Amino acid sequence: MSDHHHKETFITKYIFSTDHKMIAKQFLITGMFMAFVGMLMSAIFRVQLANPGEYSVLYNLLPGGWVSEDGALNPDKYLALVTMHGTILVFWVLTAGLSGTFANFLIPLQIGARDMASGFINMLSYWFFFIATVVLMSSIYVEGGPASSGWTIYPPLSALPEAIPGSGTGMTLWLLSITLFVVGSLLGGLNYIVTILNLRTKGMSMQRMPLTCWALFVTAILGVLSFPVLLSCGLLLLFDRSFGTSFYLSDIIINGEALHFSGGSPILFEHLFWFLGHPEVYIILLPALGIVSEVIAVNSRKPIFGYKAMVGAILLIAFLSFIVWGHHMFMTGMNPFLGSVFTFTTLLIAIPSAVKVFNWLATLWRANIRFTPAMLFAIATVSTFITGGLTGLILGDSALDINVHDTYFVVGHFHIVMGLSAIYGMLAGVYHWFPKMYGKMMNKTLGYVHFWATFICAYGVFFPMHFLGLAGLPRRYYTNISFPMFDGLSDINEIITFFALAGAIVQVIFVFNFVYSIFKGTKASKNPWKSTTLEWTTPIERIHGNWPGDLPEVHRWAYDYSKPGAEDDFVPQTVPLKEGEENH
Amino acid sequence: MTNVLIAVVVLLTIAAMVQLVRVNELLSEITNKDTNEVTDEDNNKNGILFLIIGFGFLAFVIWQMITWDHLLLPPASSVHGAEIDTLMKVSMTLILVVFFALSPMLFYFAYKYRGRKENKAYFFAHNNKLEIVWTVVPTIILTALIIYVLRTWDRAMNPDISEATVIEVYSKQFDWTARYSGTDNILGDANYKLVEGRNTLGVDVNDENSADDIVVREVHLPVNKPVLLKFRSRDVIHSAFLPHFRVQMNCVPGLSTQFAFTPTKTTAEMKESEGEDFEYVLLCNKICGSAHFNMQMKFIVESEEDYNKWLSSQKTIQNTLTLK
Repeated sequence: MSDHHHKETFITKYIFSTDHKMIAKQFLITGMFMAFVGMLMSAIFRVQLANPGEYSVLYNLLPGGWVSEDGALNPDKYLALVTMHGTILVFWVLTAGLSGTFANFLIPLQIGARDMASGFINMLSYWFFFIATVVLMSSIYVEGGPASSGWTIYPPLSALPEAIPGSGTGMTLWLLSITLFVVGSLLGGLNYIVTILNLRTKGMSMQRMPLTCWALFVTAILGVLSFPVLLSCGLLLLFDRSFGTSFYLSDIIINGEALHFSGGSPILFEHLFWFLGHPEVYIILLPALGIVSEVIAVNSRKPIFGYKAMVGAILLIAFLSFIVWGHHMFMTGMNPFLGSVFTFTTLLIAIPSAVKVFNWLATLWRANIRFTPAMLFAIATVSTFITGGLTGLILGDSALDINVHDTYFVVGHFHIVMGLSAIYGMLAGVYHWFPKMYGKMMNKTLGYVHFWATFICAYGVFFPMHFLGLAGLPRRYYTNISFPMFDGLSDINEIITFFALAGAIVQVIFVFNFVYSIFKGTKASKNPWKSTTLEWTTPIERIHGNWPGDLPEVHRWAYDYSKPGAEDDFVPQTVPLKEGEENH
Repeated sequence: MTNVLIAVVVLLTIAAMVQLVRVNELLSEITNKDTNEVTDEDNNKNGILFLIIGFGFLAFVIWQMITWDHLLLPPASSVHGAEIDTLMKVSMTLILVVFFALSPMLFYFAYKYRGRKENKAYFFAHNNKLEIVWTVVPTIILTALIIYVLRTWDRAMNPDISEATVIEVYSKQFDWTARYSGTDNILGDANYKLVEGRNTLGVDVNDENSADDIVVREVHLPVNKPVLLKFRSRDVIHSAFLPHFRVQMNCVPGLSTQFAFTPTKTTAEMKESEGEDFEYVLLCNKICGSAHFNMQMKFIVESEEDYNKWLSSQKTIQNTLTLK
C-alpha cells in the first residue's frame, strides 16, 4: 500500500490535488479569505450604524456608486453589505470553511483511512465551492450590486429588481453561486458519510470514534438531507424570476403596475428555505462542538465525560433540528396551533444542549488543564454556547417571539451561539491541528494575545445587542435615527462598533501567526499535544496515503487520558489493552 | 493620503510583530527550551486571566443590565402584552439564574484546575446517576416552562374578537395606510387589480360594505376596546411591528393576516410616564428595500369619546372615491 505516495507535480500537489489533507487546506484558506471579506463588510456597516450618514475612510474599499456624493453609504448598499456578510459567514465560512476543512482533514486521519472514499469527488467538491466563491464575489461588481434582500432572500423582495436594485443580476448570480455551493457540499457530504461507514480501520468501531468524527458524520447527514431542499427552493425562485412562474409570487403591484403573478405564496418559500435553514444552524455548530469536545479532553488530560451521552446529544439535536424550522416563522401568520408545535419541539433542544454543557463542565472538573491557544478557544466556546443558547429559550418561545422577532435580540443570540461558538471552534481546530497540517507550531504567545483580545471584543460586540433588541430596535435598519423612540441607543451602537473594529483588527495577529508559522514556525514533533487519536501516529512529513506502512489497528476508545495504571497520562488508541485492563 | 498613512501603520505593525516573534524565538534558543511548549507559568497566567476576564465579563453584563435598563421598552400597553411581559420576566429570571450559575462555574474550573506538570487529572469517564440527574432536571423545568408558554401563546392568539373594531393596515414600499371598516364594522372588498389613481388600496367601490370605510394615514384607537388589525401588502413582505403593544404580524402579498389586541393605556398616559415625546408607532420589521428603516405610522390611543369625535371628522370612501 505504500505506493500510494506517487510522484506529484506542482499542479497535482497544490491545485488539483486529490489528497484529503491538501483539499482541507484549500477549504481552510478559501474559508479564511472569505471570513476576512465578511468581517470587513461588517466593519463597514458597523461604522455606518455608529455614525449614520457620515463619511468613513473604510468606504474607499467599496466599489464606485455605493457611496453617495456627500460621502454617505447608500441605504440599499447597506443592505447589500448585510446580505453578503450573512451569506458569506453562514455558507462560505462556517459551512464550507469549517466542515470542509475539518471533515476533510480529520475523518481519514482519525478513523485510520488512506484517504476519502473518492479522492476525485472530494476534489470536485472543492472546485465547485471555488467556482461558487468566484461567482459570489463577482456579483459585488455587477450593475445594481449584489443580492440585497438579506441572506434569507425572501421573495418578493428577492424576486423583483424593481423592489431593490440588488435583486437584478446580483440575485441571479447569488442563486447560481448557491447552486454550485450546494452541489459542492453534497459531493463532500456524501464522501464523508461513505468514508466513515466503510473505511474505518481495524478495531475502529463507531463507539470508539473520536467525537469530532461523530459530529462531522452527523453534520454530513444533515447537509445531505437538507441542502437539496435549498437547491429546489432556489430553483423555483429562479423560475419565478426568469420564466414567469408564480411559485412564490401573487397579487403584486410595483411601480404602479400590477404584475401577472397569481396564486403563489412567499410563505412556501420560507418553509422550504428554513427546512434547510434550521438544520443549517447545526451544520455550522456541530463540527465546532465536536472539535471542542476533542480539544477539551486532550488538554484537560481527562476523558470526555459521558461519551455516550455526548453522542446521543448530537444525534438528538440533529433529529430535532429537522422539526423546528417553523420557529423562524411564528410571525408569518401561520396557524397558532402550528406555532405551538414548533415552540414545543424547539424548546426540547435545550435538553441535549444542557447535557452537552454539563458534560463539558464535568470534563473540566478535577482536570489538569494545559492552556494551549486551542484550549482557550474551546473553553470560550462552552461560554458562548451557554450565553447564546440560553437566549434561545426566549426566541424559541412563540409568545415572546412576538416582541423580539427580527430585532437585535435575534442578532445577538445567533451571533453568540452560532457565530462565535462556531468561529471559536474553528480557531480551536486550527490552533490544535496546525502542527499536523503544516508540520510547524503556531506561536503560543501570539495565540494567547489573539484569544484574549478576541474574547473581550466579541462579547463587547454581541452582548449589548440584546439590549437594543429589548428596546425594540429591528435588525437590518440602515440607521435608527428616524424613530425618536430609539434616540437613547446611540451609545450602545458606538460601544458595539468600537469593539467590532478592535475585534477585526486583532484578527490580523492570527493571520500573521498563521502565515509566519507556515514558513518560519518551529518544527512540530510527531505528537505535540500528547494525544491518543490516530492522526498523531502519522509521520510529520505529509504523505499521500497517510501511513507509510500498514494502517494502524485500534484497540481502545479515543479518551484514555490519565488512566489509572498507565505509565503516561495518555494511552494512544493503537496500544492494545493490557491484561486485566478495563475498557474504560 | 489617509490611505497611505493607514497602509504604513499596518506595515509597521506587521514588521514589529515579526521582530517580536523572532526575539522571542531567539531567546528560547539561547535558554534552550521549546518556545511553544505550554509551561506551568502559562497555565497559571491563563487560569488567572479566566478568573479576571471571565468574571469581568459577568460584571460587564450586570453593568449593562443596570445602565441600560431605562432604554428598554416600557411595560406593555395591551391586555395580552401584560401576560407576555410576565412570561418574559419568568423566562429571563430562569435564564439569568442558569447563566450566572454556569458561567462562573466554567471560569472558576478553568482557573482552579489549571495544570501543573506534577499533577495528574482524575480519570472520570462517566457517572450514570449524575447524567440522569442533569437530563431529568432540565426536562422537568422545560416541561413546566413549555406548558406556561403554550397557555400564554394560546390566550394571546385567541382573544374574543366578536366586539372588535376592524381596521385594515396596508403596507407598501415604504409607508403604511389604514382603512377603518366604518359603522358596519365590515371592510369592503379590495383587490390589487383595482388599485388606480386615488384608490390606492384597491377598494371595490361597488361593494356596499366599502361605502362607509375610512382611509387614513394615522391610526386612532379607543382605549380598552378590542381591535382587530387585518394586514395586506401591495409589493413585498413587510412586518407590522407595534412594540409597545407587543404586536407583530407579517404583511404578505397575496395572503391575509391578522392580529387582535386591546390597548390599555392612552397616549396621554404614556406621555406622562415616558416623557412628552412619547408616541405609539408602527414600524416595519421585515427587510423591504432601501427605506425599510424609515417606514412608520403613528398610532394614537385615546378615550372612546375623543376617538369617536376623530372618526366622525374623517371622510368615508363614499365621500372621497365614489363621488367624483
